[in-house]
Amino acid sequence: MTTWHIILLASAATLALKLGGYFVPAGFLERERPARIADLLTVALLAALIAVQTLGAGQAVVVDARVPAVVVAAALFALRVPFIVVVAVAALVAAGIRAFT
Amino acid sequence: MENQATHPAPERTADASRVAVRDSLAVGIATAAYGISFGALSVAAGLDIWQTCFLSLVMFTGGSQFALVGVLAGGGTAAGGSAIATAGMLGIRNVVYGMRMKPVVDRGGLLRRVAAAWVTIDESTAVALAQPEERSARVGFWVTGVVIFAGWNLTTLAGALIGDALGDTRAWGLDAAAAAAFVGLLWPRLRRFQAGAVAVAAAVVATITIPLLMPGLPVLVAAAVAVVVGWFNVFSRRSDA
Repeated sequence: MTTWHIILLASAATLALKLGGYFVPAGFLERERPARIADLLTVALLAALIAVQTLGAGQAVVVDARVPAVVVAAALFALRVPFIVVVAVAALVAAGIRAFT
Repeated sequence: MENQATHPAPERTADASRVAVRDSLAVGIATAAYGISFGALSVAAGLDIWQTCFLSLVMFTGGSQFALVGVLAGGGTAAGGSAIATAGMLGIRNVVYGMRMKPVVDRGGLLRRVAAAWVTIDESTAVALAQPEERSARVGFWVTGVVIFAGWNLTTLAGALIGDALGDTRAWGLDAAAAAAFVGLLWPRLRRFQAGAVAVAAAVVATITIPLLMPGLPVLVAAAVAVVVGWFNVFSRRSDA
């Protein structure tokens, strides 16, 4: 698969899901259990992406400048600092640590 | 215009709609701003500027976009299947949003319905659901959706151009910025204990499986935590209330 194939397939899938909410009769996903799983699925995927993005390096687990950057980011989000500022500060923390070590 | 003295109800409606517009602009502009980080991270992950802009135009759902480029950054096109699956699964919540929004916003032809689906995202749904009445909910949905769509695509392009100019993205800490972006997307979803428990368990499962599985797959395996916890409804404290 080329990058374009991946982008087209993934975009088709997410757009189809959006349209599905309007064209498929409501029912299944309004029941309690499927709605709860859909909710938690988002949480699990984002948490797993944080772990992989913070600790993964190919198939190795590496602790480096990303870890303190993510800890700082979490603290700033807890203080309700805006998204774009937190992301920029996280990059600065990691870049700073790498520049001086 | 309505006669305010003799028609208090329409006046209230107009007020609510004004509030909805104000809410929409605040949420819309703040959200659109972080399209810059998406654009920069996408280019850092190896996508070109066209591919990056295509994602913001057509996929147009932040979580899935960040996930797709995040998985590709870690595993390259070999992880394409995992990247598509992760982006797709993160898009499932938009089905739920669409079902909730349809009775409120679906009042026109096919084109309007497709447009509504296109801009059905976390923010447009949240602003609409926060409104006190149906008319202002409709206003909130459309203004938020359209402001973010326009802003998000412009800032994506700006971010992609910046990312393209940066060169060595690791030295600039963009890999840490990607992790921080996921923290920001997750944060507002952690209000309930069950969600927090799922987040911790999923992160642990993903970390343990990093050395064992192809890049991209640990995230999918961790998704199973949500299915198990959601199916049996464990860690739920709402039943106590």
